[in-house]
Amino acid sequence: MAKMSGAQILLECLRQEGVEFIFGYPGGAVLPIYDALYDYRDIKHILVRHEQGAAHMADGYARATGKVGVCLVTSGPGATNLVTGIATAQMDSIPIVALTGQVRTTNIGKDAFQETDAIGISMPITKHNYLLKRTEDIPRVIAEAFYIARSGRPGPVLVDIPLDVSLGKIEWDPSSYQKDPDIPSYRPTYKGHEMQIRKAAQAIKEAKRPVLYVGGGAVQSGAQAEVTELSERTNILVTTTLMGKGAIDENHPNSLGMLGMHGTAYANHAVHNCDLLIAVGARFDDRVTGKLDQFAKYAKVIHIDIDPAEIGKVVHCDIPIVGDVKTVLRELLKYVEPRPATEWNRQIMEWKRKFPLIYPKDGQMHAEYVIDEIWRVTEGNAIVTTGVGQHQMWAAQYYKVKRPRQFITSGGLGTMGFGMPAAIGVQLAFPNETVVCIDGDGSFQMTVQELMTAVVYELPIIVAIINNRSLGMVRQWQELFWSERYSEVDLQASPDFVKLAEAYGAIGMRVTRPEDVEPALREAMSQRKKPVIIDFVVPTEENVYPMIPSGQSIEQMMLRKDLEQLRASVDTDGEQWSFAEQEEILKQFVEQPVRQ
Amino acid sequence: MAGITDNGKEHQHTITALVQNHPGVLARVAGLFARRGFNIESLAVSVTENPEVSRMTIVARGDDRVLEQITKQLNKLIEVIRVVDYVEHSAVERELALIKVNAEPKDRSEILQLAEVFRGRVIDVGEKTFLIELTGGPDKIDAFARLMAPYGIREMARTGVIAMARGTKTA
Ligand SMILES: Cc1cc2nc3c(=O)[nH]c(=O)nc-3n(C[C@H](O)[C@H](O)[C@H](O)COP(=O)(O)OP(=O)(O)OC[C@H]3O[C@@H](n4cnc5c(N)ncnc54)[C@H](O)[C@@H]3O)c2cc1C
Ligand SMILES: Cc1ncc(C[n+]2csc(CCOP(=O)(O)OP(=O)(O)O)c2C)c(N)n1
Ligand SMILES: [Mg+2]
Repeated sequence: MAKMSGAQILLECLRQEGVEFIFGYPGGAVLPIYDALYDYRDIKHILVRHEQGAAHMADGYARATGKVGVCLVTSGPGATNLVTGIATAQMDSIPIVALTGQVRTTNIGKDAFQETDAIGISMPITKHNYLLKRTEDIPRVIAEAFYIARSGRPGPVLVDIPLDVSLGKIEWDPSSYQKDPDIPSYRPTYKGHEMQIRKAAQAIKEAKRPVLYVGGGAVQSGAQAEVTELSERTNILVTTTLMGKGAIDENHPNSLGMLGMHGTAYANHAVHNCDLLIAVGARFDDRVTGKLDQFAKYAKVIHIDIDPAEIGKVVHCDIPIVGDVKTVLRELLKYVEPRPATEWNRQIMEWKRKFPLIYPKDGQMHAEYVIDEIWRVTEGNAIVTTGVGQHQMWAAQYYKVKRPRQFITSGGLGTMGFGMPAAIGVQLAFPNETVVCIDGDGSFQMTVQELMTAVVYELPIIVAIINNRSLGMVRQWQELFWSERYSEVDLQASPDFVKLAEAYGAIGMRVTRPEDVEPALREAMSQRKKPVIIDFVVPTEENVYPMIPSGQSIEQMMLRKDLEQLRASVDTDGEQWSFAEQEEILKQFVEQPVRQ
Repeated sequence: MAGITDNGKEHQHTITALVQNHPGVLARVAGLFARRGFNIESLAVSVTENPEVSRMTIVARGDDRVLEQITKQLNKLIEVIRVVDYVEHSAVERELALIKVNAEPKDRSEILQLAEVFRGRVIDVGEKTFLIELTGGPDKIDAFARLMAPYGIREMARTGVIAMARGTKTA
């Protein structure tokens, strides 16, 4: 058996885990690993421009593929620069493995050059972490790290690798590598309890006003078919969280879009009035519930979640089911009987008619229009990433996705700057897909340096900057809740994004008129070698509606002031939205309710 | 019905966690309590009959929802093997205290008598002090400390509670 260095062993383990890309940035403490990479052709290393970008790319890659994303950085500042990226992945339960260099084991604790306590720093923002002490431990620890990251409730795992551990040479047989090791103190539950599942089926049968509230867990579980079948068979309409987008095709007549603070009014009315809330891989985030004692206050709650700690954490649960969404729903479907659409469905349709998502078509280039056009021109097929702010919410409302893993956004941490690096990870995983980052002018500037990475690797991502020259979401709060005292939200002073794109070697475009949106998008989509930055100059003083102010209930929901007017105008010309189609479909369900 | 689960009534529970005897596992548990805002009254850590396993006994306070979260969040830690919540009376709880109390000649026999009633032992006799060792449930130690207070407690150290189920049941 040949002797191998720790660094070589590490790379061999990564290869066996099926790692395609390492997003990384070198430095002293990882020199042995970079040296080993020099000869390694099975894994492609992507050189980023800032370690935060590496973490977001690994994260974007993981969200789009369902596989574990990997990033690699040096000790000290390399590790601390990962913090935001790791925390972003943790909050949204995304599987990444972060490899950080560390000073020699003999120097740990001595304030050595570029020493930082990566384990201590990352403890609260990882699912688990490891400090490697011996070269011999590398295979076991890497196998555990990948297994923990992707199994159960996924999450980031950090492995801290001291210099002497990656330098050390030992005899090791690569065929002894054991994927998915058994960890006795860690055994996630996938299969739901049968009694509970029967109870859930019974509750569904008895419910008069049920609603499905579906979250990121259904996306992670790949349960679109099961969610859709449950909804179609029972005529229970589906609302998803921001993270649950795509758990059902949003063009499906049973989809109510997103609920919560900026969710559709009809989804929120449905949840508020329901008598049975079926929570599927969703964690009752405060952006969803608002004021807790008002949230779904008439409802019995069924809660399906793989993490027992989520059940009962925020709201009382009547029928808890611990398990994997797909596995549990498959079981549940064995017991659930067909149910016709009822008066309740009509009531929700009525809300849908009364409170549509709508924006003015008045010759101005509104952000909503730009996003609607992106959706139309990409035929709803693009993989979308976002920054954080108003543009993110408009993207969630107007980019109706067809499938899970198509909408990639930082929900839990709300990390501005996530969108572009995430798009890079996505595009690398899917070179032939259209990847659009719907970004804010503020968010874009937080990780703009990764544009260079996209240029170097010839990635045709489209970055649509919804440029309102403002930290719009904060501006909105200051307008609505802080007496229009606009404090430090003005971003007039920004670079010329077109020139900036060109300086990086990307393509830059600026669009100011509604009629130019489509041609610009078509041009951007037609080229496949370079990133395209499109600066969409939109009005500053616009707000995202509907909005339920933080900590309040549906009674305080704010709608667009011009809703009635807009509704009247589209009603008369009739082309914009008509529910005739949906009602037709609904009628079919009413008349032929049995669908086995 | 949905809505808040918290009925607000606080209890104190003794919870035992068997954990892998790895460096840093105490930091994980302590960090978890700090981060989630759980209140710890005491925490005792030691190895067990199996050198690879440590036993942490935590006395925590909170309403039902908080106590349930403590157990569930502890279980989520990868290195936690098992968590047992000893709901009142099913377990034996013990704590060891060392109490250094002022012992003027006039008070000595009285203190000795009290210590005897509590099955405490004087393990060091100084010119002006007794050092008393006492084991028992936390209430007993509290009671003894209250009785010693008038003489003047110079120093007191308590180990924190350790607990074990009665009978054949194990954690
Ligand atoms: C500016 C801004 C505004 C926002 N506004 C809204 C809003 O209006 N509406 C909204 O919904 N969100 C909004 N969010 C996002 C919000 O903060 C939360 O991130 C989001 O609501 C959480 O979604 P989720 O409940 O689906 O949970 P996730 O964070 O996706 O968690 C998934 C849950 O599923 C479980 N799970 C994971 N895998 C499985 C599996 N295989 N089987 C079973 N269970 C599994 C996990 O244990 C977890 O409980 C906003 C965010 C920002 C930044
Ligand atoms: C890293 C980071 N810092 C601060 C915030 C707080 N924040 C939330 S939205 C927002 C404004 C975002 O501005 P922009 O990206 O231009 O998006 P817009 O709301 O204008 O569409 C800010 C500052 C955040 N979410 N993330
Ligand atoms: Mg902006």
